[in-house]
Amino acid sequence: MIYVHNISKGFGEQQVLSDISINFEEGKTNLIIGASGSGKTVLLKAIAGLHPIDAGRILYDDLVFNQLDERARKQIHKKMGMLFQGSALFDFATARENVRFPLDFFTDWSMAQKNERVDFCLERVNLEDIGNKYPSELSGGMQKRVGIARAIVMNPRYLFCDEPNSGLDPQTAIVIDRLISEITHEYNMTTIINTHDMNSVMAIGEKVVFLYEGKKEWEGSRENILHSDNKTLNDFVFASEMARLIKKSKS
Amino acid sequence: MIKKTLELIGEYIFLMKRVFTKPEKWSIFWKQYFVETESLGLTSVVLIGIISIAIGAVLVIQTAYNIENPFIPKMYVGYMVRESLILEFSCTMVALILAGKVGSNISSDIGTMRLTEQIDAMEMMGINSANYLILPKVVAVCVFNPILMLFSFLVGILGGWLIVAATGMITLSQYTEGLRFAFNGYYIVYAVTKMIVFSFIIVTVSALYGYGPKANSMEVGRASTRSIVAICLLILITDLMLTQLMLN
Repeated sequence: MIYVHNISKGFGEQQVLSDISINFEEGKTNLIIGASGSGKTVLLKAIAGLHPIDAGRILYDDLVFNQLDERARKQIHKKMGMLFQGSALFDFATARENVRFPLDFFTDWSMAQKNERVDFCLERVNLEDIGNKYPSELSGGMQKRVGIARAIVMNPRYLFCDEPNSGLDPQTAIVIDRLISEITHEYNMTTIINTHDMNSVMAIGEKVVFLYEGKKEWEGSRENILHSDNKTLNDFVFASEMARLIKKSKS
Repeated sequence: MIKKTLELIGEYIFLMKRVFTKPEKWSIFWKQYFVETESLGLTSVVLIGIISIAIGAVLVIQTAYNIENPFIPKMYVGYMVRESLILEFSCTMVALILAGKVGSNISSDIGTMRLTEQIDAMEMMGINSANYLILPKVVAVCVFNPILMLFSFLVGILGGWLIVAATGMITLSQYTEGLRFAFNGYYIVYAVTKMIVFSFIIVTVSALYGYGPKANSMEVGRASTRSIVAICLLILITDLMLTQLMLN
């Protein structure tokens, strides 16, 4: 479980997050939605410890993450996996080497053991044959899947995904969504996903938090979204003609 | 301006504190060390060789042209070439050339990694990215550049020898006699010391500019340019200070 309590974050004069409290549940896909510039990525990176927060607390189970020393934070980081918006695969390494990277640093396994684990993770994301290719030789969807394989290679307890579907076609986006959801339930991880893709919300959003101008505007399940009377949320969710038609047909 | 400079110095100190920590695994450090020696050192050998041979030849022509007085022995051409190469060209000028090649390479590489969130990915894994990315570069360049400097010195001497042999403006024995005249071994120590300090400046300053936050690819380019300007200024200031300290 990850719990953020009254966190705020600003860059210089600009306040990006204001007094946000959310409980992200274990074994569930927790989605953060909101328009571009609403603070989703900053919130995700703040929770993951990549942006120091100005106020509030971030709890990983019972540990106050933002008050720990570097060594203790590092131990929690080893339990995290993250899929970045642009995949963030290392250009200098092949797909296999990318997935193996954390194992090289944090295990004393033999090369055979590491290769076995890498093979397992690549198979889990349905990429058995591309291990020796460099990221530039892979499609966007493949890069995302290698990113997922790298994120789960250390058996993390917490998985963070920043816009996992950005730049992907609808079919590949569904594959990635399903994969993240399956992995979350398979390993009972606490998964937090940033997205503004409403298809993802409806497909895998077990818990949904809506951010608006750096504040938590709404929180609930994907079923609740359709019946919410929050105008800001409705303006965002039902911005497209198709979404309005779906709502109309449901009601 | 003063505030920005102080902020930059503060960032530099914090970055160096993260760089100079014990590597997570020595085996990974040594692997990276050899990778960086190849990519930052060995790839510069041809460039430095070509420039040094040309500068050695030009120094011979210019010095011989300026020594027209019959009371000044011709062997002074070789002497002047040797002193110019070891005291200034092979360390300071080569360092300035490497600032352009190696400095921009480091700054843009690290800057691109920052922009594409590869550095964030390392931090997420619990890896000290500054230590992993920068420390092997510092050690590789500080070890290899003094060797490159000695190579530049020898190739510069060879360039002079070739032009003497080709034009006959002085005899080869006069040139060789000049090279051997009043040789001071301390100058080698002085030049190597300068090169180690310059190499440290090249890597750490370019890494500082590359490592900072980047919003877009234009900022990567700007950071690279700014790093080269800063490195060149620092090399020149350090050159003055070291020369005053070591030769006065």
